[in-house]
Parts: sequence; C-alpha cells; structure tokens
Amino acid sequence: MSIPLRYTLRNLWTRKLTTVLTAGGMALVVFVFAAVQMLDTGLRATLVATGQPDNVLVTRRGSNAEISSGVDRVQAAIIESQPEIAVSTDGTRLVSKEAVILITLPKRESGQATNVTTRGIGDDAYSLRPQVRLVQGRAFEAGATEAVVGKSLAARFEGATVGSVLRFGGREWRVVGIFDSGGAAFDSEVWVDADQLMQAFRRQAYSSVIARLTDAAQFDALKARIEADPRVTLDVKRERVFYEEQSQALSKFISYLGLTLSIIFSIGAMIGATITMHASVSNRIGEIGTLRALGFRRSAVLLAFLFESILLGAIGGAVGVALASVMQLVQISTLNWQSFAELAFTFTLTPRIIVVSFVFAVVMGVIGGFLPAVRAARLKIVDALRAA
Amino acid sequence: MHFFKLITRNTLRHKLRTALTVLGLVIAFLSFGLLQTIVDAWYHGAEAAAPNRLITRNAVSLTIPLPKHYREKVRAVQGVKTVAAANWFAGVYKDPKNFFPQFAVEAVPYFSMYPEYRLAEDEFRDFLRDRKGAVVGRKLAQTFGFKVGDVVPLKGTIFPGNWDFVVRAIYDAGEEKTDTSLLFFHWDYLNETMKQRFPLRANQTGIFIVEVNDVDRAAAISEDIDKQFKNSTAETLTETEQAFQIGFVKQTEAIVIAIRLVSFVVIFIILAVMANTMAMTARERLGEYATLKALGFGPGYVAALIFGESLAIAAVGCVIGIALTFPIGEWFAGEMGTLFPVFEVSTETVALQAACALAVGLIAAALPARRAAGVRIVEGLRSIG
Repeated sequence: MSIPLRYTLRNLWTRKLTTVLTAGGMALVVFVFAAVQMLDTGLRATLVATGQPDNVLVTRRGSNAEISSGVDRVQAAIIESQPEIAVSTDGTRLVSKEAVILITLPKRESGQATNVTTRGIGDDAYSLRPQVRLVQGRAFEAGATEAVVGKSLAARFEGATVGSVLRFGGREWRVVGIFDSGGAAFDSEVWVDADQLMQAFRRQAYSSVIARLTDAAQFDALKARIEADPRVTLDVKRERVFYEEQSQALSKFISYLGLTLSIIFSIGAMIGATITMHASVSNRIGEIGTLRALGFRRSAVLLAFLFESILLGAIGGAVGVALASVMQLVQISTLNWQSFAELAFTFTLTPRIIVVSFVFAVVMGVIGGFLPAVRAARLKIVDALRAA
Repeated sequence: MHFFKLITRNTLRHKLRTALTVLGLVIAFLSFGLLQTIVDAWYHGAEAAAPNRLITRNAVSLTIPLPKHYREKVRAVQGVKTVAAANWFAGVYKDPKNFFPQFAVEAVPYFSMYPEYRLAEDEFRDFLRDRKGAVVGRKLAQTFGFKVGDVVPLKGTIFPGNWDFVVRAIYDAGEEKTDTSLLFFHWDYLNETMKQRFPLRANQTGIFIVEVNDVDRAAAISEDIDKQFKNSTAETLTETEQAFQIGFVKQTEAIVIAIRLVSFVVIFIILAVMANTMAMTARERLGEYATLKALGFGPGYVAALIFGESLAIAAVGCVIGIALTFPIGEWFAGEMGTLFPVFEVSTETVALQAACALAVGLIAAALPARRAAGVRIVEGLRSIG
C-alpha cells in the first residue's frame, strides 16, 4: 500500500519558504538549460530556412565563405550551361550569379559599426528564393544604384529604411524596399544589383553562383562533373548544407558552453534538493516511525520521499520552462565568425525542448532526493519512534 | 569569545548539511570566476593594444583590401614613425578545428612596433633570411609541437592553394597580456605568390599598422591619414589599435552579455540554496533562540548568531572556490588550446567573487534572522522543528 499523495503535498505546503527556494534554484537551472537550447535551435532554424533543398551553391574551392570566394565570368558560364540546371519560364537558366561584399553600417541605438553582408544579385535571385517577399516599397530597378534591405536589418541599422540612402563603394544607394525572408539569414542583408556592385568595387569575379536543379537527386551528378572539370576549381554544395556549415562554429560554441553550464549549475541545484530532503527526513523521523508502525512498507516510505523531491523538480521545471518561453520575444544579433557578418536570430521553443527540460528537472529531483529517501526508508521502526 | 564558539559549534552541528552547502558554494563561485575570466579573455586583444599604434583599413570593411602603394603616402604623413603592411591569412592547419590566427607581415617594421613579441636575435635573423620562414608564438608551438625547422603546411581559404612555412623563430610573451598563439610570415612571400597565381589580387594588403611618434596626436594623425585618400577608389579608416580590437568584441557583444548574465544566474542559484539552508537551520533552532532570549540575550545577539553562521559558511565556500579557480582555470585554458590565447584570473574577478560571497551570506541570513530576533519567547519554546 502506498502513502497518500496528500501527505507529500501538504508537507511541501507547510514549509513554503523552503519549497520556493529549492524549486526556485532548480527553475533557474532549467531556465539556462532551455534558453541555451532555444538559442541553438533558433540559429539552426535561421540558417536552414536560408537554403532551399533543390538549390546548389558554387564557390571557389577551399573558400569556406562567400566573402573569401571568387568565381570568374567564364567559370560562372560553365556552371550555367550544365544540363542539371533547371530552366525558367522565359527560357533562361535558373541561375543567380552573386557578388558578396561586407560593408560596415552603424547600428541605430549604439552607433556601433557592424559588418553587414551586401549581396549583388542576378535576375533570378527571387525565383531561386521563394521565401523572400517584399513587404514594403518595391524591388530595385536593374542597372540602378538602388537597394532593398532585409527586415531585421531595417529594424536595427541607421539609414536602412525606405527612402534613405546608404553610402558605400563611392556611390549612394537609395533604399527602395524592405523584404522579409521568413527568418532566414537574408533578413540581415542588403541586396543590390550584382553588376552595379561589382563596378562600384572594381571586382572582376562573382562570389558565388546559385542555381536550381531540375531535380534534387541530380546533385551528385553535377558535383562529380564540376569537380572533375579541369577548367574550374570550384566547390559545389547543396545550399542548405552550405548554410548549415556557416553556422557550425557558432552553434558548437553555444551548445558546448550551454551544456557545460547546465551540468555545473544542475550540481548546485541537486545539492539544494538534497539538503532540503535531508532536512525533511530529519524533521519527520517520528512520523516515519509511525507510518512504518502503521504497516506502510519501506518501499512506500522511499517512494513518498522520492515523490516529494520529484515534485520539487517538476515545479522547478515548469517555472523554468515558463521563464524560458518569455525569451521567445528576444532577438539576438551577433557576428557569425564564419561569414564574418552580422546575423540575427531568435530563441525558438520547440516541444522537444519543453519535454527535455522538464525531464531534466525531474531527473535533478530524483538524483537530489534519492539518498535522503533511502535514509528514510532504512530507519528502524523502534529507533524512529524513540527519536520522536 | 563565546559568540564565535557558538557560531563554530552551530556550523558544525549538521555536518552533512554544512558540507553540502559549502560544496554548492564552491561550485558556484568557481563557475562564476571562470565565466568572468572568459569574458576578460574576450577583451584581451583590446587590453594588449598599445596607444601609439594605429590601424588603417579600407573604410568599406575589413574584408576589402588597400593598394600596397598607400604605404608610402601613409609614411609621409607628419608624425608617423613606422608603417607595416599586414594581412589576415586564415589558413587551415590540417583541420578547421585547429584554428589559430596567421598574419603575413612586413617583418622588420612590424616586429620593431611590437617589442612585446620577444625574439632571439639569431632566430629572427634566420627568419629574415628565409623567404618561406615563419615566426610562431610559444603557446602555439606548445599546442601543436612546432619546433624550429619544422614545416607548417597551411591550406589557404582567402588565398587559395597550399602554403608551406618553415618555423624559423619562436617568440615569447614580453608582457602578461601578450598573445603567443599567433603565426607570422613574410608579406612579400604572400604577395609574390599571389602575383603568380592571381595577378589581379597582387599588390594589395588588408591593413597597415602605423606607429606614431606622439601618442597625444594619434587622433589628428588618424584624420590626416584618412584625408590623403578621400575620394579615392579605396578610402581608408584609421583608428587606434584598441578601438580596432574593441570593434571586433562589440560585434560579438550579445554573447559576452549572455555569459555575463549567466554568471550572475549561478549566484542566484546558490543564493537560493544557501537561503534555504539558513531558513531550515533557524526554524529547527527556534526553541534554542527562545532559550537564549529567556536567559537575557537580546534579539540583536540572536540575529548576529545567524548572520555569523551564514557568513562563515559563505566565507569557507568562497575561499575554496577562489583557490580552485586558479588551477582549474589553467587546466581549462590548456584544454581550450589557442581559443583563449590569454586566460588570466584577474584580481577584479577575485574581488567580485568575494563581494558576491558577502552578499549571499548576508541576504541568506536576513529573513531567518529577522524571524528569530522577533520570535516571542513563549512561542519559540513551544515550537518544535
């Protein structure tokens, strides 16, 4: 027979301050644990949303980012003519030859000069990236020194609103529109005409070529042919893979740091739970003796105390996840080391994170409460009753 | 005297509880100290900067190069003592995870501007004589086992191809903050090779490092340099080395802020644990406090007992935590290799740890002390744990 749940609940209720403090400590640990995972998920979501599954991205071999890559016009034309590349409705190949340059712009609030990716795009850039929609203004005219900016860039940077002017490369670029790419990395970019950008910076080569495959399964054939072609020294990657690699260093840093912190902090919280449960046992030795004398088994006592500790963990877990969910309102922007440019992303809460965080809290409760519960269960009836 | 004896006895009464609390405190103060040190390490580049060095880069962004011939114009600016071209190389040594910074520099002027890189004279001479020679820092040499005469193969990312360098000299730190995880090689070697491989990209440099005669005129000289290139195809931006380094840190500020925040969260976690211990202790001893009062001791004395016990536990935890921060910090820095070139626990960090311990000790005791001081004798004597 088991000890009624009400016994445990009322015990937690009687010692409110202790319950609040112990569960509060656990809640903070769960908060950190969940927040770090949300950050990592948000970062990955941003970069995965950036790549389309049937797009390929071609850069110079060995250059890990678009800014350090160079693809000259001849090489770009070779890519364009491959049979695996899809054809658009007007009969041309679905290809965007892009030039990527980093410029520095001041942030609106702090005035801090920050690296911003400026992308010179080709005609098909919008069809290659169906997630991009103009939300304000219009697209720039081909051949004009006009620019459109991503929505999170528009929110954070000086001079990035429709009608204002950005100065770089010795020219003035009028901002004519703001686009939304649905949380992709493009939201932190400036887009202009590729030819204009290359002229302004006297560049002879594109940075990358983006192309749509007729079928995602054609990728291996294309990659094999390009890499065997002696005329070009290029890397062919699926767009999604390319952007995943772009976030690797940052993502690894966040998850390693987060995991280490969570483990260290959880030790602190488990110690808190152990102290509480030890005290809880010491104060109730007489009661435990009475319960045992009434016929409750050792296992019932063990379970009752373990349950009390699990309940503490569960309260902590619930509060911690609730706190973490508030973080969804916060947007983080930082330098991505691999692309060397500013990237904005949000804390993203997924059901998986909720479950894992909650389980983490309960496990902390079990580990913290186990030894005290064993101690309670092993008390001899006579000793316990005498101690009271 | 009795007062301290009472505190000691009380602290040791529940040995397990006190030990667990101290353990929690040690972990918390240790991780707080390490996190603060990580934040410090983030800023080390800015702190190691000298006030008489300026950095001239392309005004558009750091990734766009400057023509090499700008050097002569910069040198001609009044107040400029030395100029050296330098390039960020970003080569990969075997695997991308073996990251360490590499720079192509004009060796003679460059090393004259950085006296904190201590080089043996004969080794430096060997380096100057070898076109493919390289200088590596002591820490880098230890991490990858480089010795003088070893070949370091790097795979270029910005500068395509395979590059082999021969270690000719190893430099030591002249100051505590000096970064010894860098590799330097000859700027001319980079430029000559680029002339052959990519003629269009030759005769360009990433930055110029400028040494000025008079530190007080640094701002004016920066302006004079930038004025030289106004309305040219590559306008420049000149700032002090420190401002240049801080510019980097600022762009990753979100991460620094997050680490700072988290380092204070751990203090709150331990505060909760500590406050809980004190609350339980005081509750169990309510009867004793009432007895003390009945004997004529004032509420202030009772409160002081609780504060004393709380502070004593916090102090023990803090001292052990601080003592452990140093060896564990050293181990951590060793494990991280060249990621944190300079990882020193500062006195400021230790002071912060101590201040937090004091605050935790005081706050944890506040509520229980108030309750014990205010308890009525009869009520206290009647209460049971």
